[in-house]
Formats: sequence, C-alpha cells, structure tokens
Amino acid sequence: MSTSIRESRGQEMALTAAVAVVIVLLSLLPMLRLIKEIVAPGGTLSTVAIKAGLASPATWIATWHTLVVGIGGTVLAVLSGTLVAVLITLTDIRGRSALVLCYVMPLMIAPQVTALAWLQLFGPASPFLNLFGAAPPLGTKNPLYSTSGVILLLGVQYGPLVFLLVRAGLRKLPRELVEAARAGGAGWFTVLVTIVLPLMTPSIMAAAALAFVSCVGNFGIPAFLGIPANYLVLPTLIYQRLAGGGPAVLGETAFLSVLIGIIAMAGIFAQEVMSRRRDYRISSTSLPAEPYEFGRWRPAVQAGMWLLIVLVLFLPLFGLVLTSLVPGYGIALNARTATLDNYRFVLFEHDAASRAFFNSFWLSIAAAFFAVLVAVPIGYLIAWGKQRWVRLLNLSVELPYALPGVVLAIASLLLFLRPIPLTGIQLYNTVWIILYAYLARFLVLALRPTISGYHQIDRALEEAAQVAGAGLFMRMRTIIFPLVAPAAIAGGLLIFMTALSELTVSALLWSSGSETIGVVMFSFEQGGDSNYAAAMSVITVAVTFVLMLVTNLLAPYLPSGVLPWRD
Amino acid sequence: MARLSLDHVTKSFANFDAVKDVSIDVGDGEFLAVLGPSGCGKTTLLRLVAGFEKVTSGEIRIGSETVSAKGGSVAPERRRVGIVFQNYALWPHMTVAENIGYSLKVAKLDRAVARQKVEDALALVNLQGLGDRRPSNLSGGQRQRVALARCLVAAPSLVLFDEPLANLDVHLRASMEDEFAAFHKRTGTTIVYITHDQAEAMALADRIAVMDGGRLAQLATPRELYHEPANEMVASFISQGILLPADVLGAEEAGHCKVRVLGTELVVRCRSGERPRTGARICCRSADLDVSPDGAGFDGLVKRVIYQGGAARIEFAPFNAPDLTLHFEQPDPVVLESGAQARLRIRSGWLIPAAGAAS
Ligand SMILES: Nc1ncnc2c1ncn2[C@@H]1O[C@H](COP(=O)(O)OP(=O)(O)OP(=O)(O)O)[C@@H](O)[C@H]1O
Ligand SMILES: [Mg+2]
Repeated sequence: MSTSIRESRGQEMALTAAVAVVIVLLSLLPMLRLIKEIVAPGGTLSTVAIKAGLASPATWIATWHTLVVGIGGTVLAVLSGTLVAVLITLTDIRGRSALVLCYVMPLMIAPQVTALAWLQLFGPASPFLNLFGAAPPLGTKNPLYSTSGVILLLGVQYGPLVFLLVRAGLRKLPRELVEAARAGGAGWFTVLVTIVLPLMTPSIMAAAALAFVSCVGNFGIPAFLGIPANYLVLPTLIYQRLAGGGPAVLGETAFLSVLIGIIAMAGIFAQEVMSRRRDYRISSTSLPAEPYEFGRWRPAVQAGMWLLIVLVLFLPLFGLVLTSLVPGYGIALNARTATLDNYRFVLFEHDAASRAFFNSFWLSIAAAFFAVLVAVPIGYLIAWGKQRWVRLLNLSVELPYALPGVVLAIASLLLFLRPIPLTGIQLYNTVWIILYAYLARFLVLALRPTISGYHQIDRALEEAAQVAGAGLFMRMRTIIFPLVAPAAIAGGLLIFMTALSELTVSALLWSSGSETIGVVMFSFEQGGDSNYAAAMSVITVAVTFVLMLVTNLLAPYLPSGVLPWRD
Repeated sequence: MARLSLDHVTKSFANFDAVKDVSIDVGDGEFLAVLGPSGCGKTTLLRLVAGFEKVTSGEIRIGSETVSAKGGSVAPERRRVGIVFQNYALWPHMTVAENIGYSLKVAKLDRAVARQKVEDALALVNLQGLGDRRPSNLSGGQRQRVALARCLVAAPSLVLFDEPLANLDVHLRASMEDEFAAFHKRTGTTIVYITHDQAEAMALADRIAVMDGGRLAQLATPRELYHEPANEMVASFISQGILLPADVLGAEEAGHCKVRVLGTELVVRCRSGERPRTGARICCRSADLDVSPDGAGFDGLVKRVIYQGGAARIEFAPFNAPDLTLHFEQPDPVVLESGAQARLRIRSGWLIPAAGAAS
C-alpha cells in the first residue's frame, strides 16, 4: 500500500519536475536573459544600453510610428470586428457559418502573405487591374506603401481576432437583458448602444488589447509596406539594425525589443484598468436573444457582408494567384502568357527557396509534435493540479506568445550567441535556434485547446483508473492522452499552420542554409521578384487550406472554440 | 390599464407546438395566474404577449389594438407592457436608479421628472436610498424589487411576471407575495403572472389558467379550480387530487348525482345535465376521506404512514383496486400503522365531466 503511494507521488514529482524544466528553458530563461542584457550588459549593472537607446532619434521615430500604426490598426480592427460580430450574431442574416469561415480566414494567412496579396492588387504592375486595363502606369508608387496602407492591412488582419472574442461574448448575452430593455420601450438600435455594447465592454477591451499587441508586434506588414516607404516601426527597425550590424548591435536591439514589450504590456494594462471601472459581470445564463429581423433589408445587408468578404479575402488572394502566373514584372496576363514557371522555379530550381520549403516543413512539424507532447502533461497540471503555483505556470507559457515575436527572437539570439556552457554546442547561425524559438513561442497554441479539453472531461474517468491501480504515467498514456488527444492535436495543427509561413522570428534568426519560407518570400519581394514571392505564398496558403479541411475532421471531438474558423 | 385577449393562439417551434390553440380573455385590472407543469408553454405564452415571439396562428389584442396576428406584429417596445423576469435581468453596468429610469430615458422624459419618478418607484418597493447601488450588491429579494420597480416606472398597462419568486427563499416569497397583492390592489394594473406554485397562484389571482402540454386545460377562479376541475389533468394537478373510477348511477339533481365508487355508492357534486354513464371518474381531496371503523365504506391496506408534524399522511390501497393509492391525513394521535387494515369512507367528491363536454 505505502509503496504504491510512494510510487504515484514519485511519478507526480517526476512529471512536475519535467514540466518545470521545459518551462524554465522555454519561457523564463529567454526573458531573464533579455532583462539582464538591458540592466546589466556584460555582467555589471549599467544604464549605458538604455541611455544609448534613448539618445537615438531613430528610436523615437520608430516608437512613434509603432504607436500610430498600433493604435490605428487596433481602432480599425475593433470597429470592423465588432460590427461584423454584431451583424453575424444578433441579426437574422443567412449563411452564418460560411460568413464566419471566410471572415476569419485572413487570420490563418501569414501577415506578409496578406501584405503581398494586397500589394499585387493595387500596384502599378497589378495583373488584376491589368485585366481591365486600369493599372496605374509603371513607376507610380503603390498607394499601400504608406502609413494608411499599414494601418489598413493591420485592421484587415486582426479584425477577425476582435470578431472572435466579441462574438463569443455576444453569444453569452442572456436574452432577458435585451428583452427587459425592449419592454422598457427601447428600439433595437437603442438597445444595441445602451445595453449590448456596454455589456460587451470586457470582450471588446480584451479584443482591443490583443489586437494592439498583435499590431505593435507585427513584422510582416510594416516590412512589406513600410520599408519601401522608409516608414520604420520598432520591429522593422530592429530587423534593419541587425541585418546591417550583426551581433555587434545586439545590445541596442535588445533595448528596442524591450521597448516593444513595454508598449504591448501597456496596452494590456490599459485594458485591465478600463475593464475594472464598472461591473459588467453577467450572472445568469439563458438562451441567446431573438435575432434582429432586417426584413426587406436583409438581402442588401447580406450583399454588403459578402462584398466585404470579397474585398478582404477573395480579391487579394485572386490577385496573388494572378501574380504567381505572370512570367515577369509588368507583363500583362492572358491565356498565352500565363505560366507555371514561377512555381517550378521556387520549388525545384532556386536552392534557397526549395531549402526553405524543406526547413519550414520540418520546423513546423517538429514544433507541433513537441508542443502536443508537452501540452498534455502541462495541461494536466494546470487544469487538474491542486497547487496554486500552476497559475503562474500558465502565465509563463503565455508570455512568449503574448509578447511580440521580435522580443523572443532577440532573447534567443542573446541566449545562444555563445556556445551553450559546458557542452560547447553552438546554436547560433543554425536552424536549431529557430526551432528553439518556435517551440517557446507556439507552445501555448497547443496548450490552450488542451486545457479546455481537460475542462470538458469528467475527472472521474481518471479517478476510476486510479482506483483500478494505474499509476500516473499509466493513466497519462492509457486514459488521459486518448481523451485530450483531439484537442491537443488540433492545437498542433494550428501550430503547424502558423509556423509554416512564419516570418517575424525567423527573419531575425535565419542564416544561410536555415532559410524559412517567410524569409525567402521576403527576400524575393525585396529584390523585386514578386512573382516568385507570390508563387510561394500561393503554395503555403493552399497547404493551410488543405490542413484546415483536415482539421475539420477532428471537429466533432473538440471543445467548441478550438478551431477559430468553425462556427 | 387594458384588457388582454388571446384568440386561438398557436406557437410552433419547428414541428413542435409549444402553445396550442389557447384563447384567454383577461379583463381590465384582472390578476390572472398561469399555472402548469414545467415545459407546458407558460414562458412561451408570456413571450408571445410581450411580442418577443411571433404567433404561428391566432391573434393577440391588448386594449383595442391587435398586437400580434399572423400577418404582422407590433414590436415589443411599442406594446407598453412591463415584464419581471425570473432571473431579474438587471443590467449589471447600470446603477439601480439607472436600471429603473431606463425606459424614461428612452422616452426622453425631462431629467427632473424622471428622477422624481425613479424616487417614487424606489419608495413603492421600499428601496429608498439604494438608487446608487449596483445590482450585484443587492440581495435576491432586493433585486426582485428593483426589477419590479423598473417595470412599474413606465406605468405599463399590462404587467407580465415570469415566475418572479422562483429564486427566492420561502420567507421572502411570502412577503413579496403580499407586496404583489398590495401593488395590484393599489394600481389596478392588469397582470399576467406565471408560476408553478399553486399556493401562490391561489393566493394572488382572480382567475387561474392551467396549462398542459401547450393547451389551456382550464381557466377558472381558484375556488372553482379546486372544487370543480374540468378534466383529469387539472383534478390531479391541483392540490394532489385523487382520481377514482366511478359509474354514474342516476341523473343530476340539484348539482348532485349518485355514483358507485370502489363498490360503494355515494352522492357527489356534478355539473348540471349529467346522465348515467360508465367509465367516469370522480376527484376527491384528502379532506374528503376519513376512516370509518364500522360504518359504510371500503376496506384496504395502509401502505405507508408519513409523519408530518401534528398529522400523518397515510397512503392507502383499497382491496378491490390494489393499484390505486389514496392518501389522506390523520391528525395526532396517529393510530394507523403501515401494514394495518382499515375501512375508509368518501364523504364527497366531484364528478369529472365527460371529455369534450362543454364547460
Ligand atoms: N426557442 C425555442 N425553440 C424550440 N423550442 C422551444 C423554444 N422555446 C421553448 N421551446 C419549447 O417549448 C416548450 C415550452 O417551453 P416554455 O419555456 O414555455 O415552458 P415553461 O412552461 O415556461 O416551463 P418552465 O416552468 O420550466 O419554465 C418546451 O418544451 C421548450 O423546450
Ligand atoms: Mg418558464
């Protein structure tokens, strides 16, 4: 009896220790290393790095730009996301699931692909506008190479994020709260403004904070749209510095990345403060409110919604596909000129590009696989653990994802610039440093669904196995893993899709031989080879689509909300 | 104040009729309770009246205006009805005063006038001085009063209650019941009050509508409902009526007729025009039964004795119909014991009208 108790305690300790090691390595270590670089570069406390950073005018300009596009993008995302959420959730509009699927889609497409697609649509060489002979003359500046272009695309990219959170909030709104106001004489619009939106403040604020952090940390869009216009934000400034100066300027970029971190944190903090000011807790649960009836306006509203979808999703993707078929810059596309050469080139002929496909695929698979394996025990401790400190655990896993990717990339550089002590293993300038950063950054994407999977399982299932004499590892393998596997695997697929065309982290960490799809796409675009970049984009988008379809097969076994595009 | 009439109202969700062919006329200033088992369509009926659901067929009129008909429906915000929900439905982001004053604000009433009305409404429900509180800082009873004040402040012509006391404890219920009664007396508002608590319905209502599976089973005064249930469902639902098979032996005379029940003959109350028939049923209450050790009656077995303080509830199965269970109360000192044999007498009862007989 006592031996078996000791044994199960021992297994639990082992599990806890293993989880602690993983989290220290992936979450705490890089953050601490980054802070050390700022406070005590070279081992002694000093403010030199901070002072140098503060003295540079480029820092201030980039900070200002970051705030402008961050706030502008957030405002646009919140307005559009909330509007669409209200229309889709509270009205009798038809074809909801299709609308949700299409509207959320841009979230699954990498930002630099979105940027590229939109650039192809409006640029002087636009094959799409060329179809109508409406393309601006060659040599004109693309109107998207501007502050408003960056803001527009950030809004398009992260509107769906706001949409998902606000929609989740709206679905929990009990119908009595709406009906009481209607019985009090308020029309639909009044109810919306005085009851529904105020009650949604926590959801909208949380969504705004998330959108702000994403906008501020976004690299792909300001890289594609801002750099050509010499409009630098902090992530692109860091990229340029590192590209020009190498490891020598690492200290300076560390300061810049902490600055982004602080701006992002300020956004989250502001949200906390705003949400606390009033009581928005909805205590009762009930059926959702009856949908608002548009009556004879419904076809018009529906048409408006689909027009929006065409604008933000189908047109840009269409533009992308057209560009990938054009044989060269500015050549008009028609049945005779259309070619698949660009695809052949990036897949088989261009060394770096084909290497990139290989690298990105195995990096994404490895990151997804590892995350699924680790998420199950971590989720177990967080969801079912009795200890208080597991909340901290959750927080520290969230951190590398919540903070902009640039921050983690710089932290990883600092951590592995020198060979790992004692072993002498060198990760810097290899593909392994990218893998490390992916593992740290994306772990939470598998963890979140896994935790909600745990919350849906009756704990008694595990306890029954325990009573039957199964030790912790045995239960993990035979009971727990099979039960949470669908959720964890869906998380793994989300990681794969995200990592496949990731750019922010790999742009700072890549080296010759360890290129990723995002990096090569970026360099094609910078070199003016939009057709190649477009071909690569189309391939990744297609892979993402296929994976989404595959993941849908898991849907019946998943807690709701795990697959963002599923209604 | 306004009359409310429902005229052959039906509401279907997909293929399921939640409310079936219900016709009710509620008089001006009347207090109507709607009573029925869970899921029988009470809430749906109320939401039809408020305009949150559209009728599938039939018509609803408030005052002289048709508000719901198959062709169209007046929006809820134009109906001037007040609603008190079971879960209060107070807006958490507004203070008590803001909650109450909401409809006045929507109606763009002058600020000072509105403030005065809110004060009056607070006083009406005995919540003076709590106007600045948040709903989350109130007790259940206080929240229910705020909900009441919120619905009253606009002086609606018709007030709808959906199980307003279901979430409160027994003591609070009694005092809120008194308040509702006082409020009805003072204002004379037409009220439709949904509940599944019979005592509450009996205590408050002028008339009670009993619903069963979406249909109106009976609409009558509390007294009539208790003494003269129109069908078996009402008979057994109200105050746990006991249903017994009976044969009618003689035609009705002065509201009574002779029947044979469990082998004994007795005289029960009945509707006028009853004629002899077989396969009838009578309804009697536990108060109609007593033990008659040597008089007329039928013998049976005491199945259970449940002591309830001051009296015991006795469950009894007659020998010639062992599947039936009759229950009655015996005050202290309780002499019957489970397993004992006893003779029971039915003092009176009510002959349930034949199905389909006009009421
Ligand atoms: N929106 C709806 N869609 C489909 N069915 C519904 C809907 N609303 C109610 N129903 C069904 O109609 C029936 C009556 O529901 P209703 O809420 O009116 O019952 P109720 O008498 O108020 O019950 P309770 O006493 O439990 O509150 C139920 O079977 C319910 O499932
Ligand atoms: Mg109900």
